[in-house]
Amino acid sequence: MTLLSGDPSRGRALQILVTLVVIALVFAPFLFPGAKAMNTAAKTCVMILLVASYDVLLGYAGIVSFAHVMFFGVGAYGVGLALYGLGAGWGALFAGLGLAILLSLALALAIGLFSLRVQSIFFAMVTLAVAYAFNVLASQLSAFTGGEDGRSFKVPAVLQPGFRWLDHPLFGVQANGKLLSYYLVVFVVAAAFLVLLRIVNSPFGRVLQAIRENPFRAEALGYRIVFHRTIATCVSALGATLAGGLSALWLRYVGPDTALSFSIQVDVLVMVVVGGMGSLWGAVLGAALFVVAESYLQDGMGALAGLAANAGLPLLPALFDPHRWLLWLGLAFVLAVYFAPLGIVGALTPPEGKGRR
Amino acid sequence: MSAALTLEGVHTHIGRYHILQGVDFDAPGGKTTMLLGRNGAGKTTALRTIMGLWRASKGRIALGSTALNGLAASDVARLGVGYAPETMAIFSDLTVKENLILGARQGPLDDTRLDWIFGFFPALKKFWLSRAGSLSGGQKQMLSIARAIVEPRALLLIDEPTKGLAPAIVGALIECLKEIKATGVTILLVEQNFRVAVEVGDAVRVMDNGRIVHRGDMAALAADERLQNRLLGLSLDSHQ
Amino acid sequence: MSVLDVGAALPRHRMEILPALTPVLVAVVAAPFVGSASTFLTLTAAGIAMGMMIFTMASGLTLVFGMMDVLNFGHGAFIALGAYVATLVLLPLASWSATDSILLNLAVLTLAGVAAGLVCGLMGWLFERLIVKPVYGQHLRQILATIGGSIIAEQLIYAVWGPDQIPVSIPAAFQGSFVIGEAAVEKYRLLATLVGLVVFAGEMLVLNRTKIGLLIRAGVENREMVEALGYRIDRLFVAVFMAGSALAGLGGAMMALYRGQVHATIGAEFLVLCFIVIIIGGLGSVGGSFVASILVALIANYAGFLAPKLALVSNILAMVVVLLWRPRGLYPVSGR
Repeated sequence: MTLLSGDPSRGRALQILVTLVVIALVFAPFLFPGAKAMNTAAKTCVMILLVASYDVLLGYAGIVSFAHVMFFGVGAYGVGLALYGLGAGWGALFAGLGLAILLSLALALAIGLFSLRVQSIFFAMVTLAVAYAFNVLASQLSAFTGGEDGRSFKVPAVLQPGFRWLDHPLFGVQANGKLLSYYLVVFVVAAAFLVLLRIVNSPFGRVLQAIRENPFRAEALGYRIVFHRTIATCVSALGATLAGGLSALWLRYVGPDTALSFSIQVDVLVMVVVGGMGSLWGAVLGAALFVVAESYLQDGMGALAGLAANAGLPLLPALFDPHRWLLWLGLAFVLAVYFAPLGIVGALTPPEGKGRR
Repeated sequence: MSAALTLEGVHTHIGRYHILQGVDFDAPGGKTTMLLGRNGAGKTTALRTIMGLWRASKGRIALGSTALNGLAASDVARLGVGYAPETMAIFSDLTVKENLILGARQGPLDDTRLDWIFGFFPALKKFWLSRAGSLSGGQKQMLSIARAIVEPRALLLIDEPTKGLAPAIVGALIECLKEIKATGVTILLVEQNFRVAVEVGDAVRVMDNGRIVHRGDMAALAADERLQNRLLGLSLDSHQ
Repeated sequence: MSVLDVGAALPRHRMEILPALTPVLVAVVAAPFVGSASTFLTLTAAGIAMGMMIFTMASGLTLVFGMMDVLNFGHGAFIALGAYVATLVLLPLASWSATDSILLNLAVLTLAGVAAGLVCGLMGWLFERLIVKPVYGQHLRQILATIGGSIIAEQLIYAVWGPDQIPVSIPAAFQGSFVIGEAAVEKYRLLATLVGLVVFAGEMLVLNRTKIGLLIRAGVENREMVEALGYRIDRLFVAVFMAGSALAGLGGAMMALYRGQVHATIGAEFLVLCFIVIIIGGLGSVGGSFVASILVALIANYAGFLAPKLALVSNILAMVVVLLWRPRGLYPVSGR
């Protein structure tokens, strides 16, 4: 990791944890058989990219945006609608992704230039409003987007589950298009993550952090704040767009609930903060923890709720209801904001490493 | 009423900056003490620290025998400390009257005291119901001071009241400060205008680099030009 | 210039009138496009009623922001909570709503509104102490903490009331419409308008005629100086936060009745609208948010009739246009 980024994840515990997550994701189809496990792993990968790109904005540049999932949605709809409208070819896929990237860049530039000059709080509100409007648009323009129902579509043949590229199973796993899709996701996420890592550890990334710490001094030193922040917004938007495209490709479906809903934005915030703001490794841990919790915590809570109900306790069954898992994560989120503002990464990093904040 | 203000070894940090580096001085009760010094010497920070708007990281601040350090600004104010900051900090969306109502924390406005204040600052009476934001700079300064003295106080902290004012207003202000002192209030006054300092000051304390570098009588400093030059440099000339 | 120069004329401060007229302007411009007078009247009345409900929800938020720079993302949770608390009164007392007695109808509405306000006010106190206070003055952490608080609050609402929507109905006397010529104006909308006006008048009275109100206005402009005059601004802020939460709850209850159903998503939906309104109005200005509420609701209504697709983004467009014209909102507050 050190070699690739110049940003070693500090602390032995942290290194071990990150390594475990990476190994688990890379070998997921072989380690954890079954469709659910593979879906969980793919979603984790997509979320890692989405969260890491958000962290560039929130953790490194100190900008609070609520429009990050809008860029995710642009990517997902771009790929999804192109494959739906133009047919399941690679040409359509890349055309859709390319258009989505252009649209994202234009939106990011517009938002950045319009509101990055003003207070951060103002930016937060404006992005929230814009993202909300975008969400409403996507749900309402049903002739184009499929509305609330979204669009299901076919992906290029080699990525389809029916496609067999080996006659026999590979280490006990079907060598089909789904497996290829998974490794496409893993590969693109890994590549994009490394690019982001390079960017935040470049001189550009350090200027961003300088601006976050003390905008006036950074400006006095001659850095153009709006320029740097706008670039950061664009980089972050690109990452989210790519993540959105991968998500649509994996799900073979795009709709408001999976691509644009505000609850995804909240999830992303939780992942960044719990994982650790200002460290891309935090994105890896936060996303992994969140997706696993979302997929498996609910089972445990269901058991607890059953126990509480059997014991005749009031309200507890409702609080432990599997659907209420976000309640407990919300609690963890608030506690993290108070007591561990640097999240898991901050908690696992030895004190001398904290100079990077 | 005329309790003395004492500071012993007061340190104040603002963010990473160590502004007050062990300030020791007293302001005798019932007198006007001038706090002089170059820009950036720490005078405003000293006033804000006394007021409780910055927290002293070390040292002791006392009014009479009551310790002020560690108290919130509102508690300091409740001990009878009035404050007219450098920025004036009048509430510009409120009227002159409303500004003074807020100055009178303990109860309704006292008409006799108001008339006494209007004696120095007739403009406030004239613009009683006008929005404070529409007053001229001098009038805003008047309002800021009036708000600080609208109730009887034990200690007044006034930060550069003559900054940017026309000479005629400065004259009126000097009269006002003298009359306020006559009521027995302890006054600590930060001032760049040496003429004003000589006119109203009884005692003088000079600050430099976050420390007190001179304590004495104002009259003595006024008579000693060499001492003035050494302590205050040429910076004061430009203000005369 | 001089203080002695009593005769000097003071430039008279005049209340800027143009921003306040923007809703009228919008109505005048929209009228010829709408065409039919009766449709125009119905649309306008509906817009004003909607605006009054939005104002009821948003007015507290603008003061909370103005005083302490707290951008409270938990505000939406209070809107939703108010709606749910109202069902606790409306459902058991359904028979009062169903009777023809206008007194009983009014009683059940009043009870529902008061219950929503009280519960939300109390919860507002809890929220302020637990969520907002520990991170005073730290923007990023405050935004995050209030978002976390809103997640918890929303999940608790689901835990208590379940995830399904709850139907509620307007009491008998307020169902149906008054017909003026050919225009139909729903009775409930008139009631909502009335309540909004009372809330506005009440707030203006408190802000302009009481010492607490003066302190709030002074605090929006310069919190530090209010402290230096001997007032405990944190206590004042808790009070404002509670009042703002209570009003959010009342507004949520009104909106739920208007829609005939209660669901937790009402919180997020109107939180966005509240933000837009307080930005347009000028952060910290109650009068500004009053004008902005009506403006936004009218534009949404006219656009919804003339160009339904445009209505979806009309709020954002209105915000952009207003900010291009007046970058700090219709009625910017001094010192902000």
